[in-house]
Amino acid sequence: MTEPLLEARDLTKNYGTVEALRGASFTAYPGEVVSLIGDNGAGKSTLVKCLCGVEQPTGGTVLFDGKPLTLNSPNDARDRGIETVFQDLAVAPDLDPAANMFLGREILKPGLLGRLGVLDKKAMRRQAVEHFTRFGATLQSIDVPIAALSGGQRQSVAVARSVAWASKLVFMDEPTAALGVVQRERVLDVIKRVRDEGIAVVLISHNMPEVLSVSDRVEVLRLGRRVARFKAAETTVEELVGAMTGALSQEDAA
Amino acid sequence: MTDTETTLSKDLSAEERTPLLKRLTGANTLWIGLVLLVLVAVFGAIRPDAVFQVTTLQFLLAETSVLLVLAVGMTFVIITSGIDLSVGSVLVFASVTSALAMNELSGGDATNAGWGVIACGLLVAVVSGAVWGLLNGLLVSRAKIPPLIVTLGSFGAAQGAALLLNNGSNVSGIPDRLNRTFGSGTWFGIPNIVIVAAIVTAAGALLLSTTRFGRYTYAVGSNEEAARRVGISVRNHLTKVYLLAGTLAGLAGFMGNAFFRVAVVTGHETDNLNAIAAVVLGGTSIFGGMGSVLGTVFGVFIPAVLEKGLVIIGVREFWQPIAVAIVLVAAVWLDQTRRRARNQR
Repeated sequence: MTEPLLEARDLTKNYGTVEALRGASFTAYPGEVVSLIGDNGAGKSTLVKCLCGVEQPTGGTVLFDGKPLTLNSPNDARDRGIETVFQDLAVAPDLDPAANMFLGREILKPGLLGRLGVLDKKAMRRQAVEHFTRFGATLQSIDVPIAALSGGQRQSVAVARSVAWASKLVFMDEPTAALGVVQRERVLDVIKRVRDEGIAVVLISHNMPEVLSVSDRVEVLRLGRRVARFKAAETTVEELVGAMTGALSQEDAA
Repeated sequence: MTDTETTLSKDLSAEERTPLLKRLTGANTLWIGLVLLVLVAVFGAIRPDAVFQVTTLQFLLAETSVLLVLAVGMTFVIITSGIDLSVGSVLVFASVTSALAMNELSGGDATNAGWGVIACGLLVAVVSGAVWGLLNGLLVSRAKIPPLIVTLGSFGAAQGAALLLNNGSNVSGIPDRLNRTFGSGTWFGIPNIVIVAAIVTAAGALLLSTTRFGRYTYAVGSNEEAARRVGISVRNHLTKVYLLAGTLAGLAGFMGNAFFRVAVVTGHETDNLNAIAAVVLGGTSIFGGMGSVLGTVFGVFIPAVLEKGLVIIGVREFWQPIAVAIVLVAAVWLDQTRRRARNQR
């Protein structure tokens, strides 16, 4: 098998006296969809936050492309081609889709105007439209505030934004939670397309059939530890649920 | 797969920009501009002789210039979903320090001072304003104290400091040259002070609508957490926005000196509220994330036109604050209803 793109070993994270992660490990390979599942409170969101720079782990090591990695901020992660779709979307509702897509990465006009900080709105809008088309986000209009879009469209903007900038890895924290059937299919489609471009996708989801249909591998967290790893093609919903609830365990469980 | 692709491309052909007219009518800037136009038209129809007189218009514009400069800074602050109650006091502080500095440089009385002294006075005013703005900004962004409280504090402190500096009295001795040029001078009939305000306003409008600084201002006000997660330094940006508001208040203080020929320590207690009212009237959302400098321009002139107009047509001017209050509350109500309707989707 190829070398892991991202490997977390024995991560711990304490919030005061609460141990959210107790030696959690996690592996993602390039060009695969790996699902991270677990019951509520298993530490999925904490693990993702530690791996995308929002939080810093209390202990343990993270290897990225085989080298140790320390992330002090989300920017550190982004600089390395790691993007995240957060559960609560994190878009600016009053800005239009193009502005949201380029938020923090604005294109400036060439020459003197650009040096004065003047935005090249036309270029950003054009690239945003191209990009949304490529990832199947259909919007009636490119210049209305995001808040005027439906929940599904807002979600697809958030997803499209992160995959636009990810060159190595995308974390998606329940990207389909708020979506209707058609929109959900579209997002799953996007996930596969991103993977086919060689980018690793880490999917967090509670929907087991969805996990099995889109993933290459599944890793299971329970009580802040990785307790099992499966190949999606060789496992069943029952097995996953068993691992999540502790009825079945493969590794790490002390 | 081909099926979905064709529907996609069809959907996207409709994804062009909304036509200009539709965008304009969708924005409340247009409506508030129309309100202003209607007001002028109504007063003009009743007393065309008095309203459309050059001196009336000149005076209206000149008087409003100082408030306009304050309101431009306030627009940025309110778009970040903040508030700045200190602008009027900072204006007073800056005008007092600047007048005192000019007097000091001219050996006690700057009435006959030259351009060098005036330039120093301008610098002192702007820097005084900037210092208060920076203080506000740091307390809001680093100490995380709510802007309402921070600026309520500096509102009192700046006023108190201004009174301390000259034992509570106005500072006279403003250079004649300054007053003649920027206070009462005109250029093709337009008062110079209005030109200064117009330049500041135009620069503010461009900064807000075309630059990255403006984009971040909207983003921070719209969703601070989202801005932080995409790597915008929210703390630095908020500091800069309050710094801008303070700097403009300092400039406004200097403009006041030029216009009134004296640094007055009273009479600016409600400047903050007038500036906030103007910004909100102009369609900037008090909840942040939306707004424009053009709207603020309309918002500044609506109360001013009402006041002048009511006097001209012989209605007691005490009706003016009542009329402004009604328009103001209606504007916020409209903003809230629109927001609620939008967010329900």
